[in-house]
Amino acid sequence: MSGKLIGRSVTRLEDPPLLTGAGRFAADVSFPHQLHMRIVRSSYAHARLLAINTKQARALPGVYAVWTAGDVAHVPPIDFRLTRVDGLEHYRQHVLATDRLRYVGEPVAAVFADDPYVAEDAADLVEVDAEELTPLLRADQEPGEFAPARRTEPAIVHKEYGDVDAAFRAAHTVITLDLAIGRHSGVPLETRGAIARHDRARDVLELHGAAKVPHWNRDQIARMLGRAPASVQLYEGHVGGGFGIRGELYPEDLLVCVAALAFGRPVKWIEDRREHLIAANHSRQQTHHVHAAVDAAGRILAIDNAFFHDQGAYVRTHAATVPDLAAAMLPGPYRVPAYRAVGHIRLTNKTPCGTYRAPGRFESTFVRERVLDAIAAQLKIDPIEVRRRNLIGASEMPFRRPLDTLGTEIVLDSGDYARLLDRTLKAIQWDGVRQQLEARRRAGEFVGAGIALFVEKSGLGPFDQVHVTVDTSGAVEVVTGAASVGQGVETVIAQICGEVLGVNYTKIRVVHGQTDRIAHGLGAFASRVTVMTGEATRIAASKVRAKAIETAAELLQAPADALDIVDGRVVRAGVAVGPSIALGDIARALAPTANPRPREPGLSAEGWFHANHMTYPYGVHVAVVAIDRDTGAVGVERYLVAYDIGRAVNPMLVEGQIVGGFVQGLGGALFEEFLYDERGEPICVTFADYLMPSAREAPRTEVLITEDAPSPLNALGVKGAGEGGANAVGAALAAAIDDAIGRPGAVTQLPITPRRLRELLRES
Amino acid sequence: MKPARFEYHAPTSVDEAVQLLGSLAAEDGRILAGGQSLVPTMAFRLAKPGHLIDINAIATLGQIGSKDGALEIGACVRHAAFHRPVVAGPLGQLMSTVVRHIAHYPIRQRGTFCGSLAHADPASEWCLVAVTLGAQMIALSTRGARTIAAEDYFTGIMTTALAEDELLSQVRIPLLAPDTRFGFREFSRRAGDYAIAMALVTFRLDGGTIVEPRVGIGGAEANPRRIPEAEAALVGKPAELTTFRAAAEIAAEVVEPMEDMQADAIYRRDLVRAMTRRALEQAAQ
Ligand SMILES: Cc1cc2nc3c(=O)[nH]c(=O)nc-3n(C[C@H](O)[C@H](O)[C@H](O)COP(=O)(O)OP(=O)(O)OC[C@H]3O[C@@H](n4cnc5c(N)ncnc54)[C@H](O)[C@@H]3O)c2cc1C
Repeated sequence: MSGKLIGRSVTRLEDPPLLTGAGRFAADVSFPHQLHMRIVRSSYAHARLLAINTKQARALPGVYAVWTAGDVAHVPPIDFRLTRVDGLEHYRQHVLATDRLRYVGEPVAAVFADDPYVAEDAADLVEVDAEELTPLLRADQEPGEFAPARRTEPAIVHKEYGDVDAAFRAAHTVITLDLAIGRHSGVPLETRGAIARHDRARDVLELHGAAKVPHWNRDQIARMLGRAPASVQLYEGHVGGGFGIRGELYPEDLLVCVAALAFGRPVKWIEDRREHLIAANHSRQQTHHVHAAVDAAGRILAIDNAFFHDQGAYVRTHAATVPDLAAAMLPGPYRVPAYRAVGHIRLTNKTPCGTYRAPGRFESTFVRERVLDAIAAQLKIDPIEVRRRNLIGASEMPFRRPLDTLGTEIVLDSGDYARLLDRTLKAIQWDGVRQQLEARRRAGEFVGAGIALFVEKSGLGPFDQVHVTVDTSGAVEVVTGAASVGQGVETVIAQICGEVLGVNYTKIRVVHGQTDRIAHGLGAFASRVTVMTGEATRIAASKVRAKAIETAAELLQAPADALDIVDGRVVRAGVAVGPSIALGDIARALAPTANPRPREPGLSAEGWFHANHMTYPYGVHVAVVAIDRDTGAVGVERYLVAYDIGRAVNPMLVEGQIVGGFVQGLGGALFEEFLYDERGEPICVTFADYLMPSAREAPRTEVLITEDAPSPLNALGVKGAGEGGANAVGAALAAAIDDAIGRPGAVTQLPITPRRLRELLRES
Repeated sequence: MKPARFEYHAPTSVDEAVQLLGSLAAEDGRILAGGQSLVPTMAFRLAKPGHLIDINAIATLGQIGSKDGALEIGACVRHAAFHRPVVAGPLGQLMSTVVRHIAHYPIRQRGTFCGSLAHADPASEWCLVAVTLGAQMIALSTRGARTIAAEDYFTGIMTTALAEDELLSQVRIPLLAPDTRFGFREFSRRAGDYAIAMALVTFRLDGGTIVEPRVGIGGAEANPRRIPEAEAALVGKPAELTTFRAAAEIAAEVVEPMEDMQADAIYRRDLVRAMTRRALEQAAQ
């Protein structure tokens, strides 16, 4: 299948190995003579570390070594990948705890043994002597002491434009809300894993089980261990979900590398589920105190938002990314002439935090849309109408918001927000829905509908590099530094390459996540791959196409502009029969040994794409809920996600992204929450206590994908599609629940658990 | 999440199992039935039994049938056996209704009825069925067999009258009169989760009034139990909403709810009220 491939819902190239049990995940990787690592973790939320006794553990048969901080004293703390802010560097995590324990789950010691059972037995024998200190568990309380002379507020994110104070003085009405978003995170079904091996024959340190950002991690590991980057290689296998948390550089990744070098034996570590829920990044927890100044017509004059970001015990690779995005993206699709956000980054004695699908936006969309609903309620204007009055118009695009994030200025590249709102209301038949709900409410049911609008960001640069090569059999290989966390990278990249090159996409092999195959790569995050890698692929494939046609023109004695490539053969355009030549034969003619010798050997090309700005997809969520007033349970009857992503390369995959994102959003809105007791002991350490929604809790999601506003920033017009499904779920469900219980503004906290909702119902 | 070291035994007869348990109970020897509760606790090393006595190869323990007016359920009968009624009449219907709420399909293929009773989770559906319907537990040890009545069996959260060296070989549940009506309702956060509160009710109707009511509440206290005050409020009353509301209100008042992350006392009472009323309404339909 070649010809038109972009925009078609072709089946995934990734699926055959995954569906036939041939996948290779981290735990499937093993090497002869490997040791198994088990981490001894802090059982204290906050304590002074006095002594660690490893004697009994070391004496256990089968134990090779037990390490504590002193054994890895030469390894620096793990550095920041994004959004570095001065002051945060003192709060980075060492790979093993040194003198203080700051969260339950913090690595304290590492046991290495011949077998994972023995390793766990030995870990139980490691004695940690510590003096318990009072834990700090809330980010919105007075800051405490992180270390002598270091407070638990390392930095404040401050973003501002316009005259906020003047706007408040001139306001007709001021809206004030206190809102909270619960601590939850992406929980990929494949836990983390890391297998390190030092190939002494080549002096290469290999790390298997990599994901998301292999090149960055390679460079960091090399730097931290004082090795040349070329002597450290990372290998990504299949990855059972990323969501922002998987693939960042964590202490365990360093430990297996250091140990493999020290012991001369491969070292394997596979995280268990309990560890995962306390040791891998958490996310989302913030409290916001937001004020909005509005005029009599409900138009926003200014927003002034102070918020507290619960970072957990250390600042990890994302540094200030989440609070930065929350502050920068809060204004969303609305004009907001003046704006101030002050985000307090606060450390607490809980698991450290990082990004999770729609980082900072799930949170700030909840805040912003609660504000819009409050304006509607207070000024008695229809919630849809209030939104319309504030939306940025299509004629104002590109819209420069005087803010920056992730090192880029925010320029909303394209969009017709009002049009998408219209299309959404039409798709769900909003007026009909309202009437039906009204009738059911009169009959005594607690039912309601809510809507939320948002702007996403995607396609973070600054670059991507791709190699496309056609071999002498006609097979095409695309090598990219992007990564696959299961989202369909191989398929989408093959579709773009296939359409441009005129090759069946199933003939295209997409190599990703292998640092030894390509010099540069930024990996997979921020919904960047289809935009950045896609465009780099298009550029590289266009070059290969031009070269193939130019060569064929000579071989076929035909003018280049009369030629086309169809199904892997160069043919005369529009001619059914006639002379043709296969791409494999062109590759042969371009071999370095060919006669005549080609000017530039090889049917291959490199494509680079640079971008200084992100692209901004946008969407609308609509929720219809029924509340069980006796139990406080929320039944989601309908849920629609409308999302304009400029151009959908594979609508089926986009729909999959949206539905999956929605279910995760549903988790954060109604179910998932990492809770702690008053001593800082995590309570949700199994899937019985950390409640991810299952197929039974998720309604069928209605998806409306639109292409009204292609991005002007890349030739295909693509915007990323990974995060819009999650973005506004908390906001839309909060609005629908308010509506169902007839109390505007009742929902101020996520997740909305049945117990909390029942409390609200009891009050009324 | 790798279990600590243990020794594995696979007896092929009840006698052999009882002998093994008798000699190994002191070294924390435990019965392994479906493993759906025990194995996860071992993986977390919350339990580190020295010996596992796997009873799955003992064919006679897989038997189920009615005898002398009771349904007899052997120690290896799986939850899934109840997906369809195991006996004619209301008891079989009742159990096939209740079983749908226990965990998830794969877990029901392995987990056993008797294992649930031995494990005695406060929110176990089968434990609620056992107390509400007056089941009898048959305990075997090297000292012989004894029968424990449901009201004497549950002694606290996950503790029972079974001694460490006793095998729960069988549970007997009296068959229900053919005109018995029943209702079951539970509330959990997600399908398949342990319930935060649940109610099982049965009664018969005599000319429109309620006779022989039973009201059992589970998930709310350390053990499921019948609520005599609520039953008293039903006897001789018409089967209608006001009666049900009154009985449900009493059940909500008299329970002494556990408090945990999911529910404080007030919320559990709310749930007991709602589940009781709904179970009664269901029974009346
Ligand atoms: C995800 C999940 C969800 C679940 N949800 C529910 C639910 O909603 N409701 C519910 O009721 N259960 C639920 N369960 C538990 C499940 O029903 C178990 O099957 C049951 O609790 C125990 O039965 P088992 O046969 O698996 O026992 P095992 O796990 O083998 O044993 C449990 C305990 O009982 C002892 N034991 C078992 N059989 C005997 C015997 N014959 N004599 C003496 N001692 C014995 C064992 O030594 C052990 O201490 C869930 C389990 C899981 C994993």
